[in-house]
Amino acid sequence: MENKKDTKLTKKDIFQTFIFENFQQASFNYETIHGLAFCVDMIPTIKRVYKTKEERVAALKRHLAFFNVTPALCGPVVGITMAMEKGRADGEEINEGTIQSLKVGLMGPLAGVGDPLMWGTLRPILAALGASLALQGSWFGPLIFFFAFNGVRLGLKWYGLKIGLDRGLALVKDISGNLLPKLTEGATVLGLFIMGVLVTKWTTINIPLVVSKTTTGGKTTITTFQQILDQLCPGLPALGLTVLMMYLLKKKVNPIILIFGLFGVGILGYGLGILK
Amino acid sequence: MSILQIILIFIWSSIVGCGSVLDEFQTHRPLIACSVMGIILGDPAKGLVLGGMLELIALGWMNIGAAQSPDSALASTIATILVIVGGQSNAKGIAIALPVAAAGQVLTVFARTITVAFQHAAVRAADNANFKMIEVLHFSALFVQALRVSIPTTLVAVFVNPDMVKAMLNALPTVVTGGLTVAGGFIVVVGYAMILNMMSVKYLMPFFYLGFVLGGYLKLSLLAFGIVGLIFAILYVQLNPKFTNNKTKVVAESSNSGSFNALADDELED
Repeated sequence: MENKKDTKLTKKDIFQTFIFENFQQASFNYETIHGLAFCVDMIPTIKRVYKTKEERVAALKRHLAFFNVTPALCGPVVGITMAMEKGRADGEEINEGTIQSLKVGLMGPLAGVGDPLMWGTLRPILAALGASLALQGSWFGPLIFFFAFNGVRLGLKWYGLKIGLDRGLALVKDISGNLLPKLTEGATVLGLFIMGVLVTKWTTINIPLVVSKTTTGGKTTITTFQQILDQLCPGLPALGLTVLMMYLLKKKVNPIILIFGLFGVGILGYGLGILK
Repeated sequence: MSILQIILIFIWSSIVGCGSVLDEFQTHRPLIACSVMGIILGDPAKGLVLGGMLELIALGWMNIGAAQSPDSALASTIATILVIVGGQSNAKGIAIALPVAAAGQVLTVFARTITVAFQHAAVRAADNANFKMIEVLHFSALFVQALRVSIPTTLVAVFVNPDMVKAMLNALPTVVTGGLTVAGGFIVVVGYAMILNMMSVKYLMPFFYLGFVLGGYLKLSLLAFGIVGLIFAILYVQLNPKFTNNKTKVVAESSNSGSFNALADDELED
């Protein structure tokens, strides 16, 4: 098979890769995370561009190595790697090391953008919106959450793959440009703002501890701790508790332990009549 | 419970289990998982509301890198069964769901360790350029995760009996049940804190406090708050000199590789 090459990846190859990408974490394992998945993503390309067994074995092994990125953003990396494998098969001077280091080089920055964007912003906001509708008994809640999240996710996967493949290396420069930092910062502003709203709106802490009891002219006025706090600013205990949890999580305390700790606080507080 | 329902529960909880590891279609989120469980169990309205309540608590449960969060998949399926079949209140269903989430977390860590064997088998298959085998190994690893949710869920569905659940919960002193309900009101802060830790960039934190204060005093829907937040975000990006005046400078800096890396690291730090 030593003819002059310009192997074309077919539409079917690209579409199959896109389908595989939707199972990026199927074989999630603690040794290589998405290692096996990335190899599967590359199978349609490897089959198309390499014809000898030696080349195929080498390519498969190359892509079984450790890989991990926010699943929604695996597209650009897979696309660029496809472009590079195609180039390598066509006889361009791309060595194994270049392909590997490009994968690793993209993985970090993409996860750095993808995790806060997908898990820190998009999903909590859509889920909070969906949950607020579900609590009112509206089926739009789960439906909006499902279709909006998956719409964005599938778009990122498909266009990420296409752009990665079409633009190849040029994309790397794109990513380090202005657009993504802008998007990340903007999304962070929105996310933080909404989290602030949620902390005060959707946390219920009631401290009916009686602070003072004054009787004037037969009328008894009871002032509770909660009323004083509400006059200062609604939701202060929730804010304090959130900041405390942030601090403990940073100290690497397991969230499950914090959840059980708060249950303990709830039971203790209820038993002593401090919380209601 | 009919045989058909049990089969449907097995199938749906398998899908939920796949969703919990894939993290793509979000079938493992309470909002989806509880709602569909509710439909199967014949009380869609209850499933929907429980899903909404549990979703709020699980808002910040996310897997970052290799770190595991509490498991919303098993918690959702089992809580729905206890509320609808076991006749429990939503608050009690959630109180039971949380220890289940911890158990689910242990199970998923176990499943993700077993799949290391699939990875090793794939390396052997690669020696023979056996494409089919690599694909089969990749996709069959998903069954491990499907079963880790569907087996416990189906067992609970088959054996749960309303009187038994009631008797068990009635045996608990009111201090415990009352305390659990009280704690249910503020357990969400752990989830909030997880999200905030991931997003918080010190110089953007004022927006968090702005949301907090406005949320306390304004009676707007969440959608309206979302629009207000979006406007703040757009204004911030438009007015930020970092993105306008120094455009050329930023691009120049970025072309020395690694500066974007540094930015991303910065934002994740605290």
